[in-house]
Amino acid sequence: MKISKSAAAGSMESNDAMILIEPGEGDVEIAIESVVMRQFGKQIESAVKSVLDEYEIDDARVWVRDKGAVECTLRARTETAILRALKEEAK
Amino acid sequence: MSKLVSTLREAMEKAGLKSGMTISFHHHLRNGDYVLNMVLEEAEKMGVRDLGVEASSIFDVHAPIIDHIRNGVVTRLGTNYMGAKVGKAITQGVMDTPVIFRTHGGRPNAIETGKIKIDIAFVAAPCADAAGNANGIYGKSACGSMGYAVSDAKCAQKTIVITDTLMPYPLSPASIEETNVDFVVKVDEIGDAKGIVSGTTQITRDPVGLKIAQTAADVIRHSGYLENGFSFQTGAGGASLAVTKFLKPIMREKGVKGSFGLGGITSYMVDMLKEGYFEKLMDVQCFDLGAVASLRENPNHIEVSASRYASPGVKSACVDHLDTVILGATQVDLDFNVNVHTDSNGFIMGGSGGHSDTAAGAKLAIIVAPLYRARLPIVVDRVHTKSTPGSTVDVLVTQRGIAVNPEREELKRRLVKGGLPVFDISELKNLAERVTGTPEEISKGGRVVAKVEYRDGTIIDEIRSVE
Repeated sequence: MKISKSAAAGSMESNDAMILIEPGEGDVEIAIESVVMRQFGKQIESAVKSVLDEYEIDDARVWVRDKGAVECTLRARTETAILRALKEEAK
Repeated sequence: MSKLVSTLREAMEKAGLKSGMTISFHHHLRNGDYVLNMVLEEAEKMGVRDLGVEASSIFDVHAPIIDHIRNGVVTRLGTNYMGAKVGKAITQGVMDTPVIFRTHGGRPNAIETGKIKIDIAFVAAPCADAAGNANGIYGKSACGSMGYAVSDAKCAQKTIVITDTLMPYPLSPASIEETNVDFVVKVDEIGDAKGIVSGTTQITRDPVGLKIAQTAADVIRHSGYLENGFSFQTGAGGASLAVTKFLKPIMREKGVKGSFGLGGITSYMVDMLKEGYFEKLMDVQCFDLGAVASLRENPNHIEVSASRYASPGVKSACVDHLDTVILGATQVDLDFNVNVHTDSNGFIMGGSGGHSDTAAGAKLAIIVAPLYRARLPIVVDRVHTKSTPGSTVDVLVTQRGIAVNPEREELKRRLVKGGLPVFDISELKNLAERVTGTPEEISKGGRVVAKVEYRDGTIIDEIRSVE
């Protein structure tokens, strides 16, 4: 599925993450900035990627600004961003 | 002979400042201090290089020191605490010679035993007379106690008092006495009042912090140490200060009258003094205006030198009489070693201060910390930097449960009996990792940029550079 409108979810508070999803260039691209990049960078990427896979998103650009969110938070924020992007698309 | 000189430059010249010397500073003006920067700037103008700086703490306001390190004015640095700004530059390797971290008790001991030889001590004095008697309770830059400057003034070859409020002789009380002062100089401002002390110290409203504080107070209740004559120290930050909020009703209920509160003093401790929970406050540093006013007005609020506060080399110090101390941590490991020097990426952002002195002295040293902070578990296999040895730490309190040092069997038994949620420390680690996931190890880093000296002068760890 392709994302054709951008949407965001989350916050820049500590222990949270801000997920911004926007139209891609033919594939999925994930850019991550995190306060725990060294310790959790790979785990953050795979969490976000797995939510994208669940929604069968194959064309999108995702920006993750992570302030130390745990995995369930990351997944929830990503899911909400996707749903917002898809909802706007349906209008 | 008149000690009063008209400019800082003149004082520095008369004191004989030259390249290669060691100069010292104290940190009661905290993040509002102008004096350290003022002196280094003047030293640079004088063409002086290769200075050793012994500062009891370095705050973000002291960031100009980074340039003085780069241009060779400062080549050696010793301190008990370093804020994140200068800490980052040091961790990135701006200085060739490793920084020496000491403790608030270790530093005066090193000065008094001659291990640190200070050529010129610079004393930032909120008020002083022309002979150099000085205190911190009057003047527009009032900071309260001047405890950290006492050994410096006494042991330095030359002592320069820098003040912005000149008072008639003889000024009393004299936290710094004229007997130790060579020169006095008046400047416009020694600091920015806003950065020196906070207006009031607020207790955290974070529910996790409050839960931790409540549990820590319950640990004290059931520890067996809460009885008449009880003595107590806590910090100003996070959950630490909130412990007092929960301790008060427990002391009231049990009818316990405390002997003294120690340390950096907040108005919360001042209220406890006024309300009769403690007989005295022993004060090495004031954190807020309420504490400054109390030190000025209340004869039971007593200023102590850093040496009397915490030195391991004196015949006895306040920390040796301490029952309970509440301390923070960035990491605690399975052996109860505590890190307060470096953050999760290995950057310097703190220091022992009085952490390891009070942990060693107190009968009950309690570490309060959330189970994890920004996805990073507090309990780790091995701390990145060993600031305080685990052998001196008794209890770790988190919001989900507590862990007791296995060496303290009797204490553990009492706390279990008191109904506290006691876990093995590795269980707390697992509990955290179930929520956060397991962090990948970060590398120890490159060359040594700092050495951590324990209060007895032994090196207990090294801090390495991070790119």
